[in-house]
Amino acid sequence: MPHSYLRRRWTNRLMAGVTFLCAVAVLAPLFLILFFLARTGLGALDLDFFTRLPGAAGEPGGGMANAIAGTLVLVGLAALLGVPVGVLGGTFLAEYPNSRLAGGVRLMADVMNGTPSIVMGLFAYTILVLPLRHFSALAGGVALGIMLIPTVMRTTEEIVRLVPQSIREASLALGIPQWRTLVRVVLPTAAGGIVTGIMVGLARIAGETAPLLFTALGNRFWNWDPLQPIGALPLQIFAYAISPFEDWHRQAWAGALVLVTIVLGINIAARAAAARQVKLR
Amino acid sequence: MPDAMPTEAAAAPGAAALIDHAAGIEAQDVHAWFDRHHVLHGASLAIAARQVTAIIGPSGCGKSTFLRCLNRMHELVPGARSRGRILLDGQDIYAPGVDPVLIRRRIGMVFQKPNPFPTMSVYDNAVAGLRLAGERDRRVLDETAERSLRAAALWDEVKDRLGRPGTSLSGGQQQRLCIARALAVSPEVLLMDEPASSLDPAATLRIEELARELAQHITIVIVTHNMQQAARVSDVTAFILNGEMIEVGTTDQIFTRPQDRRTEDYITGRFG
Amino acid sequence: MAGVVLVIMAAMLAALTVGAWPAIRKFGPAFLATSTWDPVAGQFGALPFVYGTLVSSAVALALAVPLGLGVAIFLAELAPGWLRRPVGLLVELLAAIPSVVYGLWGIFVLAPWVRTTLSPPLKATLGFLPLFEGPPLGIGMLTAGLILAIMVVPFIVAVSTEVMRAVPTSQREAALSLGATLWETTRTAVIPYARSGIAGAIFLSLARALGETMAVTMVIGNIPQIRASLFAPGYTIAAVIANEFGEAGGITLAALVFAGLVLFLVTLLVNLVARLLVARMAAGPGLIRE
Repeated sequence: MPHSYLRRRWTNRLMAGVTFLCAVAVLAPLFLILFFLARTGLGALDLDFFTRLPGAAGEPGGGMANAIAGTLVLVGLAALLGVPVGVLGGTFLAEYPNSRLAGGVRLMADVMNGTPSIVMGLFAYTILVLPLRHFSALAGGVALGIMLIPTVMRTTEEIVRLVPQSIREASLALGIPQWRTLVRVVLPTAAGGIVTGIMVGLARIAGETAPLLFTALGNRFWNWDPLQPIGALPLQIFAYAISPFEDWHRQAWAGALVLVTIVLGINIAARAAAARQVKLR
Repeated sequence: MPDAMPTEAAAAPGAAALIDHAAGIEAQDVHAWFDRHHVLHGASLAIAARQVTAIIGPSGCGKSTFLRCLNRMHELVPGARSRGRILLDGQDIYAPGVDPVLIRRRIGMVFQKPNPFPTMSVYDNAVAGLRLAGERDRRVLDETAERSLRAAALWDEVKDRLGRPGTSLSGGQQQRLCIARALAVSPEVLLMDEPASSLDPAATLRIEELARELAQHITIVIVTHNMQQAARVSDVTAFILNGEMIEVGTTDQIFTRPQDRRTEDYITGRFG
Repeated sequence: MAGVVLVIMAAMLAALTVGAWPAIRKFGPAFLATSTWDPVAGQFGALPFVYGTLVSSAVALALAVPLGLGVAIFLAELAPGWLRRPVGLLVELLAAIPSVVYGLWGIFVLAPWVRTTLSPPLKATLGFLPLFEGPPLGIGMLTAGLILAIMVVPFIVAVSTEVMRAVPTSQREAALSLGATLWETTRTAVIPYARSGIAGAIFLSLARALGETMAVTMVIGNIPQIRASLFAPGYTIAAVIANEFGEAGGITLAALVFAGLVLFLVTLLVNLVARLLVARMAAGPGLIRE
């Protein structure tokens, strides 16, 4: 059947082309976004941006210094909550992978990952903002921290599982108890991968806005008190973007450029590190 | 569920109707690599049409790799390469411009573990190859399904449950279904890569009988690690060791008067 | 420590229910069926937000599923080896871009483009449909659906690629040995085998789309209305919570928390279904019995 054979060959080529075009279509927005970020954002990026506080409404000038600092504070608070719980939880999942608890925890962690971030914000609001009667950096940090837990837990589990059984057995055969084997032998071996996973998780929460809307709330001034509202880069970008002021729009692009550079930079670095680790194995 | 015994005559008409031409293969100086590993060193073998050629050798000697070179499946593994000439009825299947898709239709393959398509029924599995080639005519499909299932000595057992999923059959039946599926596209050669190694002894014997019967109509090449199986089933036997074709001869001669010392050592069980 | 996750989820459910209680008591299930959202009068019907959430997600999936599957097939089966890593990496980067940045780009780049370049031809050809009536403002359901599609595609690609790669090689070899082309092998051996995993990928992205807040609220117009037209502005549950929470108190607050609770439960359900489907694929659609 030569005729149908030719048709089949053409269909094969066609489908390869179609799926390639799908890839182009899907990736085009990525490049468009990066392009616009660079074009509009770079122009508005200057030293003022990194050092000045936001100006008054309608006035040109000012920067996002406190927002950048605020993001660092919030990410730090989130890490305090999310990293220990995530790493320990992930280690547990890796060491006892088949217990019933492990199955349930894994499922819940995945579901938590898929929960809308605004719901996380709501939760933090009800347990921290309402009782304390005002918005706070702490509430924001907790909201972000809760989001961090499932990410860190899953990557930690994956990495710890990759540690060869032979290393564990060598340690146990020397008479070292299991928990100590874990802390002194397994975790140090896995440390690089765990840190990479944490960095990726931090990058993700650094870009979150919704959970902060009514927890950290945002702040136009410097604030180092965890019980007071605090600014954050994504919040500032949002506020400026929906404002009616041209100058603030430009600054929003600059802020977005900074944010995306940090987030993508960490992601790319993490993948490079992971690839190097695989090579070393 | 115990497999019912096939009737001798049942396989022959199905196969005769399906296969109109059996080809001979001549492999000349075949080399193969997996990345840097050189796994076949210049293996050559002449496979005559309409008989069973067995390829034996210890684990890892390269016999499966050699088989996969015959229908251009080897090159599908990332990093795999091969070199050499393989003549199907005198034409080199590795010549530039030859489409492997066409070669694989002419040279069929049955694998070590039965691999029917689990989302398809017995019927759909049997005619899968035909449908892929574009056949739509229901009558042709029905006819070929019955012929191929008869040729695989499976028809009587499944004719009332053609609509059931392919994986609802027993292991031995699934393997015969895979044979039917391969036969349905009327190949000129059938390659069998340790087809019975995952089956129980009764099912294994069925496959062996089937191979012998089918050889009346189609060229069969069978790779096996089981020497007794090779002795029972084949007309010609080839022995591969460490990627080299050590000795080829009639099965009778290989097993009773091996020429090469290594062949003799392998046959008598001194290694592998 | 691992159990903390279970504790947190339970606590979330509890806290949200408590917060929403006044509204639950006052409005009950009718909350989801009524359309009037009037904080001043104390009337709260969430139907416009439910509608907006569903429609924007539907538009998003209608675009993202075919495109995402196409990319997944490209990455898992058809792409030449050297192209897979870079393309896969780029798709992952798409997922890493923060929502607010998508929103920013949506307001200033995508919405104007939709208004000036995409809508006129649509209006010219399909304007007779209620789906495309009314003036294209750029800001509205269509743009929201578009931006959601872009944000959700990486998840479809990631999960679908993974499940397709998990299809056993023996299945592909079975098709190839019959003389199938690469595409035919994908069509007959890979996709049917992976179909519940792919369904799981779709549900996963649905959950993401339902809960997406920032990008949507920046381009959807934030008007609580139910209109058939995709050009019309709308509102979603996540967006109304984001916009009105800051100044809400009393019953308004409870109503918003109620909406949030509903969103939480729905995404929870969808996520569970997604995980179940992916797990079912891992178990294999048919095991060989001896």
